[in-house]
Amino acid sequence: MKTISVESAVALIPDGASLMVGGFMGVGTPERLVDELVRQRKRNLLVIANDTAIPGRGIGKLVAAGQLGKVVASHIGLNPDTQQGMIAGKIAVDLVPQGTLIERIRAGGSGLGGILTPTGVGTIVEEGKRKIEVDGKSYLLETALRADFALVHAFLADYAGNLSYALTARNFNPVIAMAAETVIVTADHIVPMGVIAPDHVVTPAAVVDYLVANR
Amino acid sequence: MDAQTVIAKRIAQELRSGMLVNLGIGIPTLVANYVPEGVNVFFQSENGLIGTGPIPEEGMTHPTLTDAGGKPVSALPGACTFDSAMSFALIRGGHLDITVLGGLQVDRHGRLANWMIPGKMVPGMGGAMDLVTGAKRVIVAMQHTAKGKPKIVNKCTLPLTSVRPVDLVVTEMAVIEFVDGRATLTETAPGVSVAQVVEATEAPLVRSEKLAEMRL
Repeated sequence: MKTISVESAVALIPDGASLMVGGFMGVGTPERLVDELVRQRKRNLLVIANDTAIPGRGIGKLVAAGQLGKVVASHIGLNPDTQQGMIAGKIAVDLVPQGTLIERIRAGGSGLGGILTPTGVGTIVEEGKRKIEVDGKSYLLETALRADFALVHAFLADYAGNLSYALTARNFNPVIAMAAETVIVTADHIVPMGVIAPDHVVTPAAVVDYLVANR
Repeated sequence: MDAQTVIAKRIAQELRSGMLVNLGIGIPTLVANYVPEGVNVFFQSENGLIGTGPIPEEGMTHPTLTDAGGKPVSALPGACTFDSAMSFALIRGGHLDITVLGGLQVDRHGRLANWMIPGKMVPGMGGAMDLVTGAKRVIVAMQHTAKGKPKIVNKCTLPLTSVRPVDLVVTEMAVIEFVDGRATLTETAPGVSVAQVVEATEAPLVRSEKLAEMRL
């Protein structure tokens, strides 16, 4: 794990990169990294996240700035910018059931090729997918998802990069931290090693590449 | 009593102590206001919380304690938080006793459409498909008709949320149970006749032998 400035962290991300971004309606989203992505005007990004938040918050800022080429998400309903971008053909949107999306990411971070889920069987979600029967029950084969970068927000990070999360700001964060080539973390508090008890570490430092220094 | 209150009050009677329950947005959220005295349930919010409590007073909100709409909530003593993989393992894995969701249409066999209107409203399914597919019991909370048109129909014209049939539909007019794949009228709301329910319903209704008036 390396400590890095927010400017240098975002400079690592090329135009066209795929990003998994933590957060649920902006709660638990690494807002400083998003702001820096906007400032550095990164283009044509592929974002994989639960949702696109609301205008002016989290991923909503990237949508408003026209920086996204594609979004893979479970819900865009509370961000009219994303809906308009999709209708105008400016942003490709792949809608995935929330439980399927998180499991595809978990599979990507766990060395699995995909998962079998009953969710979506018999609906428009099954179009183009393999249906597999196991013990008489139908499942869809949903393939694993990985990304170039995971942008994670934690509550506590220790000097080694061990992470713990706060309440509902946990959501996608620990799962995406497993599923990207490069993991960049911001934290509310950076604390000495040992402050997070071993039992309370959710994401082990070994998977964290960069910890963004606090201001 | 307005339609939403009738629906929420009736659904609250389905709750039993110890159940894990997920309430969707809209009318389903109101169910939490009418939990019968002495009944203690665990409310789950799919963004990663069990033990969701009331909306906190102004000035007492916390930015990392929110519901599935991103709005501030409180956590009751004994609450716990977890990541989204765990949250949906609870939902799909047979651990969730009841999910209460809104509905756009329900077909004669109990199949629900509630997540999109092609060309008009494409918000994404969020957790709805997992909830309907995975919960032990699925309850739909919705108005009986929309702009005078029945919402309990022969065949859904809107895209389905799941092929798994729902268990119960509660409207301001009636309670309809899906028994052996057939819409069965079990209760009518006070002041509503069977004929009125049938008139407002497109799907054929079987009259339950135990047909009774809704108690509120």
